[in-house]
Amino acid sequence: MENEKLSLPNYSIPEDIQNVVAVTTLDRLYNWGRRSSVWPLMFGLACCAIEMIAAQTARYDMARFGMEVMRPTPRQADMMLVSGTVTKKMLPSIIRLYNQMPEPKYVVAMGACASSGGPFKEGYNVVAGIDKFLPVDVYIPGCPPTPQALIAGMIKLQEKIDKQSIKHVTWYNKEKKDGNYVPMPILGPDLIDVRRNAEIRDVAAAKESA
Amino acid sequence: MVTPLTATVDLVVRFPGTVAADVRPGYTGFIINKENLVEVATAVRDEFGYDLLTAVTAIDYIAENKMEVVYHAYKTTGGAGLVFRVQVERVDPIELPSLIDIWPGVDFQEREAWDLYGIKFTGHPDLRRILMWEGFEGHPLRKDWKEPFFEEETKPFKSRWPDGQHTFAENKNPFRDNLNFPKDFDPEKYVVDKEEDLYASLERYTTKDVEGNMKTDHIVVNLGPHHPSTHGVLRVAVTMDGETIIGLKPVMGYLHRNHDKIGERNTYLQNIPYTDRLDYFNSMSNNFGYCTTVEKLMKIPVAERAEYIRVIMAELSRIQNHLIFIGMLMNDLGTMYTPSLYAFEERELILDIFEAVSGARMMCNYFRFGGVVRDIPDDVLQKIKGLVSERLPAKTDEMERFLNENEILVARLKGIHVLNAEDAIKYSVTGPVLRATGVPYDLRRADPYSIYDRFDFDVAVRQNGDMMDNYLIRFDEIRQSLRILEQALKQIPQGPINSQKAAYQVRVPAGEAYGRIESPKGELGFYVVSNGKPNPYRYHVRPASFVNLTAVESMCRGTKIADFVALLAMLDIVMGELDR
Repeated sequence: MENEKLSLPNYSIPEDIQNVVAVTTLDRLYNWGRRSSVWPLMFGLACCAIEMIAAQTARYDMARFGMEVMRPTPRQADMMLVSGTVTKKMLPSIIRLYNQMPEPKYVVAMGACASSGGPFKEGYNVVAGIDKFLPVDVYIPGCPPTPQALIAGMIKLQEKIDKQSIKHVTWYNKEKKDGNYVPMPILGPDLIDVRRNAEIRDVAAAKESA
Repeated sequence: MVTPLTATVDLVVRFPGTVAADVRPGYTGFIINKENLVEVATAVRDEFGYDLLTAVTAIDYIAENKMEVVYHAYKTTGGAGLVFRVQVERVDPIELPSLIDIWPGVDFQEREAWDLYGIKFTGHPDLRRILMWEGFEGHPLRKDWKEPFFEEETKPFKSRWPDGQHTFAENKNPFRDNLNFPKDFDPEKYVVDKEEDLYASLERYTTKDVEGNMKTDHIVVNLGPHHPSTHGVLRVAVTMDGETIIGLKPVMGYLHRNHDKIGERNTYLQNIPYTDRLDYFNSMSNNFGYCTTVEKLMKIPVAERAEYIRVIMAELSRIQNHLIFIGMLMNDLGTMYTPSLYAFEERELILDIFEAVSGARMMCNYFRFGGVVRDIPDDVLQKIKGLVSERLPAKTDEMERFLNENEILVARLKGIHVLNAEDAIKYSVTGPVLRATGVPYDLRRADPYSIYDRFDFDVAVRQNGDMMDNYLIRFDEIRQSLRILEQALKQIPQGPINSQKAAYQVRVPAGEAYGRIESPKGELGFYVVSNGKPNPYRYHVRPASFVNLTAVESMCRGTKIADFVALLAMLDIVMGELDR
């Protein structure tokens, strides 16, 4: 970011030291450092993953935004790019990966399937959108989104990071330490979201016997 | 046109009383008594020479209270296939003898039929669910099994836009989600499956005393489903003795998107965009396979210009697939990114052409029954000519020059055995992997479809069946594809691009058809059964990746775990097609 954007405009700095001194807020400095080094988790689910790879290659070059460092381990990743159809069978693995990522972490739902189930929504093994389990920051429409659309989504994520404040973010809040922890779903006769256990039991009991 | 599946042998004469010809209109082949299945199948392989059993699938004829299993057998020397089927009463438990001893390639396909139809194959050594997880309720492809978001039997649904309002599918389900639980189910009391069956099915390394009473034991390692080298969400459970693999089982279904079930609700035309998403590198080839199959059922010709456009698109698709294969193989071998950046550069140019003709880079949705949806503009044709005659041959040479004699690459690939011809046929492996073992089985020659018989090209074959050959054959195939493209571009005539009128619904007469094409990964088959209604009664995809993966266990046993990654890359699997 250039100096004038980083500095607060209200402070006048003497002309002779303008190149050396910048007055800014901690939030801006902190976000400026984070926004251009968002490391994605190297994690492809389906068709969209191929466009994700294409966005990394020479023509589109996501490295321009500091997002080329794909980390295969969740422990080093800042952002989970859910690139493809989330199936019930895969969901526990995705939740586990998400829980293993350190804060701050972001989730980007890439494509129609990750956003809502897309063309496969009616499928019996498909989760109708990852947002039923994970807090999604940016949705990118498309089936699959073009690399340009993906980069536009990444820029939206950077805009979101720019607006965050250290005072309010959950990862420094002692009371909300585990605020983003998602309990692992279980594969039973169908996908069991353990947060909804009581509801599932009640509805199943009220069901007319088949 | 596709050669019809007329049987060249008469099983009825050979097995009087136990085999009957299938006389239903639109059907071919033979119906075999359940008790004699193994005997007849052995004769089909040994006496009649149908050594390659490509497709096994089931159909649920609920109205007749019958379950049917269909087998498609072919000869690796080429020619038409033999269709035989078994019908059983639709009363649980449905049992059939397994053909795994005759054609080990049926392994995964029989497991799939068990998973999705609940047909037990007696004698199958490892009959577990394959696409869904153990403990899943029901067998989803049965016609009386309804998915949680079930609305109507067939599309288009009436509820899509009633009175200008939309409704959420979630609101119609009592669980407010894509969920369905049996009556009185209590999630807290549910005992989770610990996958003991999977681990029990792995070959073990027996604990033994070695010198000095030190005990050694096997190690069980799970690779995936989130692993950078598995090309998607494949999981592999491995037992190892030190670094040597002694047992291996792939676990799949992490991208099972229910193509078959959705496809049976869709109309014929609605399925074309779904086929795009099978093998998402080669949407053009998938379209090709599906349209060929349905055209076979409809008995319609394809417009002459469209035939050429189809071949051009399919071959361009093959080139970009093989380029990606090479790039990804290098990634797996440890040359992270640089070679694949070269590959992707050329791929982008081919995708530009796809985008120019169809409007989409990857999911082209370009073919229609009887032709294609849009004509190729002249400037795009010029662009393809430039690519085919200049850029791509030069770049292929360049990649070969950079890579082929690299010392590390040769050390990693040369002499490491993948498959021999006998095993490859046994496991129903098709495509480049089969051809690298010395079997010149390419459907474009062996069972020509479309207009491939008009072109002068060689079937790429390599003899050794090691990793180096598997790698080099991809370059050979790129060269042959370029040859086909050159001829096609010269010969392409002017004219209409579709032999049919554009229609939202197509009329498909009752019957069955199995259409297959040589996709870049191997034999891509579509099995479609029509009952004359606007929706297919049975829609089955026989993916190359899925069946080729059957061989992975025997390929990898005894090799080092580091080579496993490269061996898996050789099969060139893609999860969208593998799991469907």
